[in-house]
Amino acid sequence: MSHQSELISTDIDAYLAQHERKELLRLLTCGSVDDGKSTLIGRLLHDSKMIYEDQLESIKADSVKSGTTGEDVDLALLVDGLQAEREQGITIDVAYRYFSTSRRKFIIADTPGHEQYTRNMVTGASTCDLAIILIDARHGVVTQTRRHSFIASLLGIKHILVAVNKMDLVDYREEDFEKIKGVYRSFSANLSIKDVQYLPISALRGDNVVDASGNMPWFRGSTLMHYLENVHIAADRNLTELRFPIQYVNRPTHDFRGYCGTIASGIVRPGDEITILPSRTPNTVKSIATSEGELDEAFAGMAVTLRLALEVDASRGDMIVGTDNLPKSDQKFEAMMVWMAEEPMVPGKQYIVKHTTKKTFGSVSTLLYRVDVNSLERQAAPTLSLNEIGRCKMTLTQPIMFDDYQRNRATGAFILIDRVTNGTVGAGMIVEATPGDSRADHWDTEPQSDKLASSASFVTPKERAARFGQQGVTVLLTGLTGAGKTTTAYALERRLFELGRACTVLDGQNMRKGISKDLGFSADERSENLRRSAEVAKLINDAGLIAICAFVAPNKLARRRAREVIGSDRFIVVHLSAPIEVCRERDQEGLYALADSGQVANFPGVSYQYEAPEKAQLVLPTHEISVTEAVDRIVALLDKRDIIT
Amino acid sequence: MTGYNLTHLKQLEAESIFILREVAAEFERPVMMYSIGKDSAVMLQLAIKAFYPAKPPFPLLHVDTTWKFRDMIRFRDEYIRDELGLDLIVHTNEQGVKDGVTPFTHGSKNYTNIMKTDGLKQALAKGRFDAAFGGARRDEEKSRAKERVYSFRDRNHTWEPKNQRPELWNLYNGSINEGESIRVFPLSNWTELDVWQYIHLEKIPIVPLYYAAMRPIVKRNGTLIMVDDERMQLEDGEQPEMKMVRFRTLGCYPLSGAEESTATTLPEIIQEMLLTRHSERQGRLIDYDQSGSMEAKKREGYF
Repeated sequence: MSHQSELISTDIDAYLAQHERKELLRLLTCGSVDDGKSTLIGRLLHDSKMIYEDQLESIKADSVKSGTTGEDVDLALLVDGLQAEREQGITIDVAYRYFSTSRRKFIIADTPGHEQYTRNMVTGASTCDLAIILIDARHGVVTQTRRHSFIASLLGIKHILVAVNKMDLVDYREEDFEKIKGVYRSFSANLSIKDVQYLPISALRGDNVVDASGNMPWFRGSTLMHYLENVHIAADRNLTELRFPIQYVNRPTHDFRGYCGTIASGIVRPGDEITILPSRTPNTVKSIATSEGELDEAFAGMAVTLRLALEVDASRGDMIVGTDNLPKSDQKFEAMMVWMAEEPMVPGKQYIVKHTTKKTFGSVSTLLYRVDVNSLERQAAPTLSLNEIGRCKMTLTQPIMFDDYQRNRATGAFILIDRVTNGTVGAGMIVEATPGDSRADHWDTEPQSDKLASSASFVTPKERAARFGQQGVTVLLTGLTGAGKTTTAYALERRLFELGRACTVLDGQNMRKGISKDLGFSADERSENLRRSAEVAKLINDAGLIAICAFVAPNKLARRRAREVIGSDRFIVVHLSAPIEVCRERDQEGLYALADSGQVANFPGVSYQYEAPEKAQLVLPTHEISVTEAVDRIVALLDKRDIIT
Repeated sequence: MTGYNLTHLKQLEAESIFILREVAAEFERPVMMYSIGKDSAVMLQLAIKAFYPAKPPFPLLHVDTTWKFRDMIRFRDEYIRDELGLDLIVHTNEQGVKDGVTPFTHGSKNYTNIMKTDGLKQALAKGRFDAAFGGARRDEEKSRAKERVYSFRDRNHTWEPKNQRPELWNLYNGSINEGESIRVFPLSNWTELDVWQYIHLEKIPIVPLYYAAMRPIVKRNGTLIMVDDERMQLEDGEQPEMKMVRFRTLGCYPLSGAEESTATTLPEIIQEMLLTRHSERQGRLIDYDQSGSMEAKKREGYF
């Protein structure tokens, strides 16, 4: 039942000694319906000799009965569990499978690819170190691939293995594999996943699963099994910040008081100075008690009992932490929330919040936005329904001690429990927004100081308008790369200047060289760049000057936020509507080619959606008209609106 | 491996201890189902570790069908009750006994329903237990692969596979209403091999029936049944024969199939298990009543 090993029959003691030193790896398999997920798992179990003869006999009989694989044994039948599912041929819940080799024991969370079941994938992913994302070689990256990858990254999975399956059905062609790889790479660049690997396989035929494939000599990487056995996961753990949520207080006698719990992160030794939260009581670790005697040290993942030097009254839900490194302690925080229940989230409603070993009450005070898991777009939404994901502001009745989820899963995760149904309705991951955090955008960030007064200027907007002969407005030129935004912007600037107006141009170049030089090109960072540009444009407008902004600004929500910053009455949207084919042809820097191959990520029109404005004040078909004509039309609009007089 | 890695057994151990402590902290009246088998032995060892130096803060419960192997009862009384001094509740469905329900007269399905499932429900109701630990593992059977660690049961102790609570991270949801309960499976992620290796490493005492010995056996429908006492009704032509056998799983003796074996030490048992070609539950007759049989039993409240 375990993998085949000579040692079993020749030297069982040596075999046992070898197997006592195995590591544990938890992985998640995800793919769309029919991507061959169950077949892959069946193949791993089968080829690692984890299947008993009676099980094999029974699936042989079932294979004939359900008959989806003809003569071959349908390995998928090994893993499809409950009766109803077996009949439908769909896995509808999370099922756990086990197999082991001489190096590792594996726990597979087998989660469904079916649309309605995001919550099951989230459940499975919450405990996994690694995710295998299956892609059908014939179909490439599909909507569900994006969804699964997003969820894996959201749940803090550090390693992703993209397995391009059914290579046998595309004649094992390298180009097909490389193309899928390119598309995936470009799309995944804005997900926070440290390690992505790509592998061409055929689960049905066994190519590159356990044994290297003779059909794909062009592929030089390792097999799936070799990767799973060797991928380095030890470094994923947090050993630097001691977090020990007290789970149970053990007081069998008057002279023994032990705090039982599992170390969430960090290392603890007798003599360490610690702090008990939330009371902030200092103390010292006296000993680490176990039934096998006292330990010299204990580290993340171990279930131990700590005894402290000073007798204090700490209880379940309190947290023992290293004195030199405290977690945040607050009753308000922001979190990404996955909604798990049929009844939608109700902002303001009190739920039970379970975080580490502490239970308290709390509510979602604001739903900041919902994430469309297919496009990764942010949308304004009043609530979250089943399987929806959004960012929330939470307010609890008591403070909790937490860290950012991506840094510390155990102290960053929480669940919401409905007080009436007792169901687990929400899964939350705390986002610790730190000042200068360049990964997130800051549209919703509050100023760091609450002592900022607004001093009134002694120069009124009216006086400025009279001086310059213009209203200080922002003209946003939005459109795809290659639509002519920058060219039009500088031509407009020249024209206005010649007309005696005061104006300036903001574009990606001058913003990213200075104010935004810390930003990259993820969706968040693009959004943050637009926010900063809007703030700069606002200051320019306040000074009475016209700001000509040339930005792709592909996101509808971000444009709306920019409008809010600048002010609706002085924000003019001009859409340069040249279609993508024309833009591609005009592209002299080869940006579209780079986007196609995945070397530039989140490229609007290629790997990121461009949402054309629905209510632009002016639409310029820049593929049909000249730059001069375009400038003429913008100036005519400004004139008509009495912006320039 | 670097210094700060746990082996897979140490990780499994830590996770199980976490679950045991969590239930002890959050529930009013937990109980540990103790079946006297090897999985129960591991679960009990973990409970002893979790609460050391205190004794586990909950009683053990054995549902005695009166048809268990005599070796099992001896082990239970002499080792668990007397030597370890643990709080042990033994419950039998007296109505079933009065009605003369036996594995021979009522068929394995009815018998199991009445003596095991009903007996268990009676014991849980009588003790007003709101959480019951069981030693089931997900690798035992396909339908168990999807069972949660905390498995919610309604007032009738039934399990609804379509209405399971999602279980995220190690944040177990133990919220229940009056009369409802949770079955908790601390060994969910252990496999048969893990269990044996742990018994080996930790030197955990187990019932001698797991080791091969000469035992009186009859062969019935291809299964080797041990004649453990005079109640075994022999059919025409059946004559008990002494055979070197052992048991991979223990239950009621008329329903437990033995295997011919020479394994008299733990490493030999593990060796045999690794080389064998049949899965663990095949020796249990009750799974084979009907297709999808375990799932049907679980819905009714069987572990």
